[in-house]
Amino acid sequence: MNRKEILTAAIIIVFAGSLLLPSALLNFGNPQHGEMDDYMIDNGQELAAVNNIVSGVVFDFRGFDTLGEATVLFTAVLGVSLMFRRMKEDEEYEYE
Amino acid sequence: MSMSRIVKATANLLFPFILVFGFYIIIHGHLTPGGGFQGGAVAATGFILMLVAFSPETIKKHFSTDSMKYTEAFGLLLFIVTAFIAIALGSTFFFNWLASGGIIFGEAVAYGTNPGILNSAGTIPLMNIAVGIEVIGAMGLIIMYMLSGIEGVKEE
Repeated sequence: MNRKEILTAAIIIVFAGSLLLPSALLNFGNPQHGEMDDYMIDNGQELAAVNNIVSGVVFDFRGFDTLGEATVLFTAVLGVSLMFRRMKEDEEYEYE
Repeated sequence: MSMSRIVKATANLLFPFILVFGFYIIIHGHLTPGGGFQGGAVAATGFILMLVAFSPETIKKHFSTDSMKYTEAFGLLLFIVTAFIAIALGSTFFFNWLASGGIIFGEAVAYGTNPGILNSAGTIPLMNIAVGIEVIGAMGLIIMYMLSGIEGVKEE
């Protein structure tokens, strides 16, 4: 093994270790209790007039986000339809 | 290009149940976990099952790419129009203008723990339905376009 390969291996090990680091440091399953959660649980029903707080957040508090999400889906279909469109008779492929 | 008779029979049997489950998730989006995106994905799975089990040529006789296109565009338009009607009524964009109005989805929500009324929550079920329609159209359209690439390919 030359020096370049050793360096590459070291970088990969450090990178993988840094990805595994949170699993050792953070304790999963115990999310920190935030002020925001309490506010949503207490006032979500009154403010959004809906029983399901998640639906209230998605379609009322963050309506713009959902609009963007729907537009992204629309654009994705547009892209797929452009990729899989039928070629015209005299049109030629051009691979670059 | 189509699957065996067993797959076809199972797909025929499962198709209505998958659709009903998907629409149930969409309609109950304001009461139970789920909503437009999730329910739309489930309902689209039914269409995808039919497309995979039968040949694309057979399926295209029943629902075409064009109808899927219009379904998708209609869903997105319904979503945006629902949001814009609030401005026309003199409040803010995305305001819940139907809530507690007494028309459709207009029953007031009881605060605190309650079993939940289907006919409540104002524009949120409407938006759920709109997003569900859009997701059904989009997913079906994507898989139809992708399957159109194997048209005319001979089986080996």
